[in-house]
Amino acid sequence: MKKTFLFLLTLLFMQSVTLSQQVAKPEYGSFALTNVTIETVTNGTVQGTLLIRNGKIAGIGENVSIPQGTKVIDCTGFTVYPGMIDGGTTLGLSEVGSISLTQDYNEVGDFTPHVQALTAVNPNSVHIPVTRVNGVTTVLTMPKSGLFPGTASLIHLHGYTPQQMEAGFSGVVLNFPNSGRRGRWDRRTDEEVKKDYEEDMKKLSDIWGRSKQYAEMKDKETGLMEYNPEMDAMIPLVKGNGHLLIEVNKREDILSAIKWVREHGAKAIFMGVSEGWRVADSLAAADIPVITGPVLSVPGRASDRYDVAYRNAGVMQKAGVQVAIRTNESENVRNLPFNAGFAAAYGMGKKEALRAVTIVPAQIFGVDDQIGSLEVGKTANVIVSDGDPFETKTQFQHLFINGWKVPLESRHTLLYDEFLERSPGLRE
Amino acid sequence: MKHMLFFMCLFFLSGIELLAQPDPGNLLIRNGTVLTITDGIRANTDILVENGKIKRIGKNLRAPQGYQTIDATGMHVMPGIIDAHSHIAIDAVNEATNPVTAEVFVGDALDPFDISIYRALAGGVTISHAMHGSANAIGGQCETIKHHWGVWDPQGLVMEGAPRTIKFALGENPMRVHGEGYNKMPRTRMGVEQVIREAFEEGKRYQAEWDAYDRKRMTNAKTVAPAFDLRKQTMADILNGEIIIHCHSYRADEILMLLDVLEDYGVDKICFQHVNEGFKIAPELAAYGAHASVFSDWWAYKFEVYYSTAYNATILTRNGVVTSINSDSGELIRHLYHEAAKTQKYGGLTDDEALALITINPAIQLGIQDRVGSIEVGKDADIAIFNDHPLSIYAIPQKTIVDGIVRFDIDSDPADMRMDVDPEEELPAFMLTDRHDHESCMKDVEMIYGLNELLFNHKH
Repeated sequence: MKKTFLFLLTLLFMQSVTLSQQVAKPEYGSFALTNVTIETVTNGTVQGTLLIRNGKIAGIGENVSIPQGTKVIDCTGFTVYPGMIDGGTTLGLSEVGSISLTQDYNEVGDFTPHVQALTAVNPNSVHIPVTRVNGVTTVLTMPKSGLFPGTASLIHLHGYTPQQMEAGFSGVVLNFPNSGRRGRWDRRTDEEVKKDYEEDMKKLSDIWGRSKQYAEMKDKETGLMEYNPEMDAMIPLVKGNGHLLIEVNKREDILSAIKWVREHGAKAIFMGVSEGWRVADSLAAADIPVITGPVLSVPGRASDRYDVAYRNAGVMQKAGVQVAIRTNESENVRNLPFNAGFAAAYGMGKKEALRAVTIVPAQIFGVDDQIGSLEVGKTANVIVSDGDPFETKTQFQHLFINGWKVPLESRHTLLYDEFLERSPGLRE
Repeated sequence: MKHMLFFMCLFFLSGIELLAQPDPGNLLIRNGTVLTITDGIRANTDILVENGKIKRIGKNLRAPQGYQTIDATGMHVMPGIIDAHSHIAIDAVNEATNPVTAEVFVGDALDPFDISIYRALAGGVTISHAMHGSANAIGGQCETIKHHWGVWDPQGLVMEGAPRTIKFALGENPMRVHGEGYNKMPRTRMGVEQVIREAFEEGKRYQAEWDAYDRKRMTNAKTVAPAFDLRKQTMADILNGEIIIHCHSYRADEILMLLDVLEDYGVDKICFQHVNEGFKIAPELAAYGAHASVFSDWWAYKFEVYYSTAYNATILTRNGVVTSINSDSGELIRHLYHEAAKTQKYGGLTDDEALALITINPAIQLGIQDRVGSIEVGKDADIAIFNDHPLSIYAIPQKTIVDGIVRFDIDSDPADMRMDVDPEEELPAFMLTDRHDHESCMKDVEMIYGLNELLFNHKH
């Protein structure tokens, strides 16, 4: 009898061990975060409960009634924020930097606006959990090389198919012709740089002109036209409906791009804009939104003050530009809160820096009715932290994406768990 | 004409330097919160600096006449940050022509005009370890430099008396450059081991030849000396404990390999650099007494760092390995205080433990811990002043002092701090900042192999 009891006990114990070793899965359902400070971003800070139901935020404040069956999570001492949004990354398109076959953001050719980032997003990229455990729940992931590298997509960082991750925005990338050198490895002569720039401007002008003609032709043509996916991808752009994400950084190029956008009636978002601080007033007057970053980068010119990249976002924002912050990263998109923190410290202020990684990118992408702030009815992309989300040592306690409670686990945390006290320890 | 103007400017500027009185490095920092690193935190404390050294630490100190006074009320005062791995202030990184180039010196390629020095100062960094690159299994000898921004003489950067150091490199970089590039050993991690063993063996035999010569010379004045060979001599110097090895490495297996080789040759001064998989073999590193200098969170830029964790520094520290956080980058070097703070996010290191990663620990790894790395009486007055706790994301460096001289001052420095201006520059060198420079370690290799595409046009 005793033996049987012991055996059963052992069995029970073993089972619980097996259970605890199972992969932690995301949970879906109703959750009430109680006794929590709620940083709504758009409607101030309130105390109380945040209710999540059916993937949405279902209640905010002191008098939220908690339906039966709701999982109550006591968040005393914690603050809840909307999930952060990185307005420009290659997340999901890149796995190992030096191995080109794992890089899906650089298709061959100068004119490939039809290739879709969403097609190549790897939902199981190891980079994705590493990113979301730091409070980033949504990113724009972008193709990069060539004049028109392809179509970028906004994705939520949870899901097993690209469609489950899709977050309601896409736009065609344009690398605006660069009139300068591309870096220290760029050993072209001044003449070559100038010539390449002029050729690129001409190419851009040709492509745009042909795209316009194509769009007009297509409007008139009732029969079947030749298969031309590149041109088809350009139609919404030349009609001023589709978003054009224009990567542009150098002062002179920003000014040319402003002029170009005005002349061609493009619906533009500027990306990068590392010298925006030099022409902030022109950007504000042009009323073109900007997604800038990385904040943690060196000045473009040796003559610049050491902190111009830290200050750039704040200078533009104060001049009246709509500014969101990006990392332009893949494996370290997780540093978005730190990029925002540096921008905050160097002139932007905490409040505006928080907006620059939440509601402002949501507005720029036209999805501010769904994400970017804590409001009833919005998608439950929610992060809970034990402090200021930008402060380096802050720990995230809970993470929800599309209403799924996602485990705060990644390769980095798993390796920590395994190796902090390695077993066996020292070799004999 | 432009040339003429340039030389006139040069003459004029150098005149100013000649006329200026040399700054003796005397000052008083008043009423700061002093993070000593080795002796706790001292509130409302003064530091008196004389001739570039810390003379007194205490309350209500008085500055002798002529001493500059810095009011640090409300400020945090910490030792100057030390970067155990960088490639700033040098105009050559890799002598990528042979798997072993122990005879070359980074110190021969110092560039005091590199604006990165000033930018590092603006991040509180006073000392960096200017390293040879990682193209060769055994690279060149490195130089520990002080950030004396403003000196024109390259030798003015050298930290006199700092121990000699040398760069080793394991894994993909030497394999790619020599195996894939030159079609010669090493193409594999097996080859890397043999290249290093052979170099040590040559050094050992070379030393034996000289020892024999020294003995014979006593009795026979006509004894012929062995041929001098700087490469072999350098290897012999490592065997004699005169040089600290700083070894670029990532994977656990290759690190264990080098520990075995070093054990066979009785070498114990070893600091592994990058060492992304150090966390897997932290007990072995600790048992050997090997040090580790790591990135806070860089990973996945190549295959050998795909199985990484940002908790590396914490795991190493908790296992008793002397660990530092380094930059290997002209960008990261500007915020090492923030990189150190990441160990509080990833593993919860204490303030003291996190700050040690960028002060006393890298000092130990460079063998200069008796002179720098903490705020103690008698040490060099290398000091960084922040407006907030340096581990806070909101901290902004205010002043950085090297050997008692203020080299960075947020309030009074002009925006343009260049020391050399090219008067013929038409197209300003504008660098896109969308790609930070992982693996500065491979600079200079691109010209030799046309690896532009591979190394630089890709993101990293």
